[in-house]
Amino acid sequence: MAIELSAVRYRYAGASVFALRSIDLRLEPGRVVGVAGANEAGKSTVCLVASGLAPGVVGGLLEGSVRIDGVETATLRPHELAQRCGLLFQNAATQVSNTTATVFEEVGFGPCNLGLPVSEVGNRAWWALRAVGIEKLAARDPARLSGGEGQLVALASVLALRPKYLILDEPTSELDPAGTSLVADALGRVARETGAGILLVEHKTDVLAQIANEVVVLERGAVALAGAAAPTLADPRLAELGVEPPAAVRLERMVRAAGLEWTAAVAEAIE
Amino acid sequence: MAVTRLPDYVVRRPSGFYRSTNPGTKLAIAALEVLAAFLLPGWIGPAVVLTAVLATAAVARRLRGLATFGLAASPIVGSILLVNLFLLPGASDPIARLGPLAPTWSGLWFGLQTIARLLAFSSAIALVYLTTAIDDLLADLSRRGLGRRAIFVVGAAVQMVPLTIERAGEILDAQRARGMDTEGHFWRRARGVLPLAGPVVFGALTEVEERTMALEARAFSAPGRKTLLRVPLNGRIDRVLFWAALLALVALVGVRLAGRLG
Repeated sequence: MAIELSAVRYRYAGASVFALRSIDLRLEPGRVVGVAGANEAGKSTVCLVASGLAPGVVGGLLEGSVRIDGVETATLRPHELAQRCGLLFQNAATQVSNTTATVFEEVGFGPCNLGLPVSEVGNRAWWALRAVGIEKLAARDPARLSGGEGQLVALASVLALRPKYLILDEPTSELDPAGTSLVADALGRVARETGAGILLVEHKTDVLAQIANEVVVLERGAVALAGAAAPTLADPRLAELGVEPPAAVRLERMVRAAGLEWTAAVAEAIE
Repeated sequence: MAVTRLPDYVVRRPSGFYRSTNPGTKLAIAALEVLAAFLLPGWIGPAVVLTAVLATAAVARRLRGLATFGLAASPIVGSILLVNLFLLPGASDPIARLGPLAPTWSGLWFGLQTIARLLAFSSAIALVYLTTAIDDLLADLSRRGLGRRAIFVVGAAVQMVPLTIERAGEILDAQRARGMDTEGHFWRRARGVLPLAGPVVFGALTEVEERTMALEARAFSAPGRKTLLRVPLNGRIDRVLFWAALLALVALVGVRLAGRLG
């Protein structure tokens, strides 16, 4: 049971260069895999390919194998993929359906599309709102939310389809520190409480340090670093790959560079 | 956890005169009014429609909103009047001579009648907008069998108008912050529109792909009928009005095609 990308190469329609050159990646339920990398490293493309939207919806050429629980994504239709693997984009505003008057209905939009009974739609909407911790927003107009709130509604909307895996493409990139913290806390809660496997593309490495079990760093469409989150995020090669280490790692380096002692108590206090 | 009922804010019913009328019925009535404004001869069409719309708006307490729509139409109203007043082909009954220009009585008359038709047409549609929640309209269209893609296009188009205006305001502020002068006389303001139009139009186009993918990620293309959380009421009076409006509409077109309306 996992999303598995094996020897994946992908080229967008009309492009002469492969955006992904060699990707092997595995995401199991209950695990959070962080993906980092500089601009043009292929992070968003990994999201589209892993979720099956590329080449299924966006076109292009895919080589290698992308499987969700052993089933090739190419054999699944978009609504079947959506129930196995939820995808969240950077911009909350483009994920609102623009056809609903309340957040509750917005979160129920996906289950309604599946034609589920009204009671089941209601159950799923409440469950997703609670999982993300935004029940208090249920009666609000989805078009009139802050960036952080909007992104949480988008997350709940995807969750309402009860996917076993979530793929999140820089969900905090357009948010201020307060919004980032809101979303990061919600992601941690979702990971703990739903048991979903989460592939989290994020350039804010502090968020990855907070919730990821493993981290993969991409460089020009290939995996450059991979491993358990803490050692990977402390790897000295991270900066060369265009990724800023988490604040705690930078602080530790500064303390050591100043010739001071970095004790376990200090590290714990910072965390 | 089992949900026994949906929250009140989801199953809410609109209340008040005309606001509680079924959205599809209101659309049928508006369609009849639009056709009547243009097909009935002379002043009869616009007069009948405007009287009906204004009376309905007054009782439904939507006159102020209607007035706002009327004000928004004032530039086009002014231009229609000016063009007909001075340039109506074949008009030869001048009101006065202003150098090379000669406004005519028939131009004035025709211009006023065209404006009345335009106001009747736009206010009939505006009244539907002012008395109907868009999601109620979409739910009713869905109940009547309109496809989910068509419904999404209608809903997204209506909802995109205020969002686009909001975005245009943000871009205008950003352009001003970078020194663009958007105040002052007409040509200076007009020059300011170009750098605004580019980001608004291209921004909307580049968002389309992400919106499409976001919809697919929410099972938009799933086969079968979509679940409706709230079905607008369609009582006996609504149904009678709906069919009466459709019959009147067909009769009006038929009579017009038969050449009986002059």
